[in-house]
Amino acid sequence: MRRSRLQAWLLYPLLVLVGAVWALPLFWMLSTSLKPESQALSADVGLLPVVVDAEGAPRSALEPAYWAEAAATAADNYTDVWTSPSADFPRYFRNSVLVASLSTLGMTLSSAIVAYALARLRWRGRQLVFGIVLATMTLPFTVLMAPQYLLFKHLGLIGTLVPLWLPAWFGGAFSIFLLRQFFLTLPKELDEAAEIDGCGRWATFWRVLMPNAVPALATVALLQFVASWNDFIAPLVFVNHQEQYTLALGLRMFQSQHGGTQWTELMAASVLTTAPVLVLFVVCQRFFVQGSASEGLKG
Amino acid sequence: MSRATEHRAGWIWASPFLVGAVVFLAVPVGLALYTGFTDYALIESPLWIGLDNYREMGDDPVFWQSIRNTAVYTAAAVALNFLVSLGLALLLEQRLRGREVVRAVVFAPVLVPIVASAIGWMWLYHQEFGLFNVVLRRLGLSGVDFLGDGRFALMSLVVMGAWVVGSQVLVLTAALRGVPRELIEAAGLDGASAIWRLRAVVLPAIGPALMFNLIVSIIWAAQVFAAPLVMTRGGPAGATQVFTMSIFQNAFQYGRMGYASALAWLQFLVILGLTAIALRLGRRFVQTEAV
Repeated sequence: MRRSRLQAWLLYPLLVLVGAVWALPLFWMLSTSLKPESQALSADVGLLPVVVDAEGAPRSALEPAYWAEAAATAADNYTDVWTSPSADFPRYFRNSVLVASLSTLGMTLSSAIVAYALARLRWRGRQLVFGIVLATMTLPFTVLMAPQYLLFKHLGLIGTLVPLWLPAWFGGAFSIFLLRQFFLTLPKELDEAAEIDGCGRWATFWRVLMPNAVPALATVALLQFVASWNDFIAPLVFVNHQEQYTLALGLRMFQSQHGGTQWTELMAASVLTTAPVLVLFVVCQRFFVQGSASEGLKG
Repeated sequence: MSRATEHRAGWIWASPFLVGAVVFLAVPVGLALYTGFTDYALIESPLWIGLDNYREMGDDPVFWQSIRNTAVYTAAAVALNFLVSLGLALLLEQRLRGREVVRAVVFAPVLVPIVASAIGWMWLYHQEFGLFNVVLRRLGLSGVDFLGDGRFALMSLVVMGAWVVGSQVLVLTAALRGVPRELIEAAGLDGASAIWRLRAVVLPAIGPALMFNLIVSIIWAAQVFAAPLVMTRGGPAGATQVFTMSIFQNAFQYGRMGYASALAWLQFLVILGLTAIALRLGRRFVQTEAV
């Protein structure tokens, strides 16, 4: 059956509309973050900020002077946020980088080790453990947050960043699942050849399997980095000093202090928090899509 | 390598996960079960009070309100996300130029930190200067206080949730790859026969994927928390007070760890039950291999 040209013509506007609607919230956030306060809080709708010349007439976006002045306004908003006295965004940023990096490293390494056991070693209990891995996927964090708080409190770790990255070092159900599936696709001959060459288990894993699993490892690492960067509930529950805020938590505190008034700064802070993740997405889109298609868990 | 050493090696290599599951999952869940039977304000040691926490729920008006709100939110969000993700997936599997870009745009919200998207949507929903209200007024309609009016607040959160439907769309598009192209394209536009084909051929073929989405969607909606916390703080007048918010408030604001643990256990059991029901219904409606 061949599709008529007409069908494509009718579907196109729908595709464009969907793209526009889904892009709108982020574009609007960016757009507001570039405007002066007076333009954001007005009934005028414009994607670009308005810049007026000496006589008060609006400049066209084609003039170079427009961009110079618009950039100055935008820079003001972002500088105000970055150097805000009521928040410490440079520190939040460093904390987020630290937590996300540590948890990504731990999650990738540990999950690969466990996945190796589930995919490559033959042992009784393997199916049982794999079943437990799958079962833990359905355990919601909101159920765990209060009891985990008690646990970390007993361990004396409340008020440190440790609760935010330590659990990742024990692997995660989804990462283990994804890496196991990937290891299963690698030919068994790889391990056998390594054994004949005298490699022990660790050498087989580290020098033979891991280099062959780079795409899957990258997917796991990226998804974990984003999950950790974006995580809001765990920092909210486990962190209680401003010096330990991550960006997501810092943004929320900034919002609760300035909510309802300084929208341009709030949008600038939101853009600062979001941008690293979206840049990562654009650069590494392939890995995200591969991983999330089998995941479908983030929502 | 002998079978015995390989057997031992299996357990050793799997031990990071096993230790983590015990320490960070089993112990806390067990701890919560115990704490749920106690009066525990974190300062003094827990005091055993039996089933009092569970009995108290019955007389707690906030409890019932949060149950109602969470049930309404879950039903509305699961239904809307189901329809939106299916529609988007069918559209994105049409052979149209530029669909790769739209696919990326639809997925992007999944990666936005929930606090940032919540703040972005608060701005869109703003009563006076929010884009939606500015446009409504331009059209000569009266504005709507999306988040400040108890009649609309919960549904405004549902609509925002449908914006973050990208991973469900990915799951469906992956499943649609296994369906003959012509059937999907016919579903795009073709009048009544297309709808019939959609129901008779396409939907059954992607049944397991739809089922998977439905279960994940229920689990996620039933524990919604971050968006209402940031956007409405449960208000106005408790209109968006959801269940997880009650757990959070009791545990960390009212210093009632015992009651919070009991609530958490109840949530655990309810989510488990809902998942089981969804799976059972799924087996009935989905003919293909087990979900």
